[in-house]
Amino acid sequence: MYRNLTIKQKQIVWAWAFLAIPVVFYSVIRFYPTGNAILISFQNWNLLGDRTWAGLDNYIKLFNDPVFWKVFANTFIYLLLGTPISLVISFVIAYHLDQLRFMHGFLRMLYFLPFMTSAVAMAWVWRWFYQPVPTGLFNNMLANLGIGQIEFLNSTTNALPAVLAPAVWAGLGFQIIIFMAGLRAIPKSYYEAARIDGVGWWTILWEITLPLLKPTIVFIVVFSSIGFLRIFDHVFNMTTNNPGGPLNATKPLVLMIYESAFTKFDMGYAAAQTVVLFLVLLVVSLLQLRILRDK
Amino acid sequence: MTFGAIRGLALASVTGIAGLLGSAAHAVEIEYWQYFYDARVEAMNQLIEKFQAANPDITVKMSHFPYADYRTKVASAIPAGEGPDVVQLFYGWLNDYKEAQLIQPLPADTFPADKIDSEFFPMVSAMRDGDQYWALPTAVRSLALFYNERLFDEAGIESPPETLDELIEVARKLTKKDGAGNLTQVGITAGMTAQDHHWWREGLVRQFGGDPYKDDYQTVNYDTEAGLAALNYYTSLFMGDDAVTATTFMDEPQAAFKAGRAGMHIDGSFRIGSLADIRGLKWGVTELPAGPDGTRSNYSSYWVNAITTKAEGEKYDAAVKFMEYLTSDEAMQLWLEVVGELPAKPSVGMTDKNANDPVFGPFIRGLEYAHTTKFADESGQRQVLVEMVERMQLQGVSAEESLATAAKAEQKLLDDYYGK
Repeated sequence: MYRNLTIKQKQIVWAWAFLAIPVVFYSVIRFYPTGNAILISFQNWNLLGDRTWAGLDNYIKLFNDPVFWKVFANTFIYLLLGTPISLVISFVIAYHLDQLRFMHGFLRMLYFLPFMTSAVAMAWVWRWFYQPVPTGLFNNMLANLGIGQIEFLNSTTNALPAVLAPAVWAGLGFQIIIFMAGLRAIPKSYYEAARIDGVGWWTILWEITLPLLKPTIVFIVVFSSIGFLRIFDHVFNMTTNNPGGPLNATKPLVLMIYESAFTKFDMGYAAAQTVVLFLVLLVVSLLQLRILRDK
Repeated sequence: MTFGAIRGLALASVTGIAGLLGSAAHAVEIEYWQYFYDARVEAMNQLIEKFQAANPDITVKMSHFPYADYRTKVASAIPAGEGPDVVQLFYGWLNDYKEAQLIQPLPADTFPADKIDSEFFPMVSAMRDGDQYWALPTAVRSLALFYNERLFDEAGIESPPETLDELIEVARKLTKKDGAGNLTQVGITAGMTAQDHHWWREGLVRQFGGDPYKDDYQTVNYDTEAGLAALNYYTSLFMGDDAVTATTFMDEPQAAFKAGRAGMHIDGSFRIGSLADIRGLKWGVTELPAGPDGTRSNYSSYWVNAITTKAEGEKYDAAVKFMEYLTSDEAMQLWLEVVGELPAKPSVGMTDKNANDPVFGPFIRGLEYAHTTKFADESGQRQVLVEMVERMQLQGVSAEESLATAAKAEQKLLDDYYGK
């Protein structure tokens, strides 16, 4: 039968033969569990007994759960604080690092190091930094200066920024490297032409560097947004005694999913939250791509 | 081939032959599952060895899994007709296992409910449903007050506190502050996130004259005068100007006690092992302090063993025998010595040797007046109490209001769980 095929058809057969592995991989490892998760979100299941049909109950419960809305807001605060702050800081560092020759490699390494460090280890170290006296580094410094104590983690207002800070710091290294690659990719001739015309650095930055960096910025914004929307390990490890606390002040959506699934064993409810997270990620990513795309 | 490998091979063939011979003598093999914890696995190995020596026609194969995977493994194996015949589970999971038909009740002829009621410590009755017991523990855990002997000597305190009022007095003497008024040493550790939620629920509320739950733990009953008194007592430890502790002190209560920065610390018997290894820490244990009218109360939790629905026929009979052995006095004494968990029967626990043991004694004596909370969702119910205190600390909500909110929130959890 294979012999009777035209060359074109044979090519297609071979193409599919090679594609078979990733296709199978994706359907078994990605699409099947995704589909299953969506199915579970319409069911009740405690991991032990049978799954029973729940209809829209899980979604209705979610809609009426004040903790969910608090957590939903937290997730967006992580996004809205984290992405712009990390974008600006990493650009400023990359911009200056790009013009620096002295110890360039060493400094770049220093910025990249946190990215390679285990988030768990880092979160615990920062958790100890934030403790009150006598253990906390920051509060001990404040005490030595005669300044009052700051409650970093045990506060409904300070806790979220305190948890976010190491997450931003950890992500910087990656973003700096991407920005520097983007900066290097801008042809030198544009800058030379600008200088010959006697243009100031601000105009160069605003009219040449940033517009030409747009693809890089789009990539970083989308990537870090997804990262902040999915923040989990920093929060969980810095608040293990009271995950997402105090009073849910730091709880992101992923942590709520984790708790619903693996401490309350309410898989249906967890799956419903996962579907919501999936939709949020989808919408945010599509919006960003659309807004930041070339006009 | 190295010597070790040869020896391994030889051993393997010997056990293989033994296995063959065993099956010739019509041996039944049953499987036992528990989660992995070094001392527990070691104790169970010793118990299995002794059990097999006494019952040559039965072999018990133990499997253990990391705690994180345990529930999923059990849940998927048993309905598939695989997995354990006898399984270990946390007492709080009993209802879920029962409803999912993973376990079956213990036979009433070998384990008559009334006999068990009279032989075991009272809180084990949480495993009883009607005339049947569904599961039984080998060992139980309770709370007690750990104290730092060095800090006691330093502050000139001669004996640990006996009552709740003395507790505050003693704690006050042990508290140290720096020039700016920051705590550098606390009289007693505090934190609902650790064991304090058990102490508050089953200890303080009862000691102030309340009864934390009604209807077999399905109705919250602590939004009362007694509950309020208990909450006020508890928060007075760390709120106000003369606080003797802080909930955030050194991140975790047990860390502060281990570091020698806390005079006293309420914790479970499972902490004994990790405290024993701390160099330079000299500590003692005493019973939880008595309430205003002298009432003592404690909280007990435990892991139980149960027979799964997979066990049938001769395997079922073997599983019953194994359960009998696991709940025997001999097994309990061994478990105490190897794991450090307390015997579930007064006949073992209240022997002179055990009940007067300087370390285990206070915990074992606590079992006589201990209660076991039937949790629907332990972490969720803990969270309710954590937030009850946080609302007062961080948002300035009054004790009355916070208590009422907590009671409502916990009732909702219970109602959802029991399908009301």
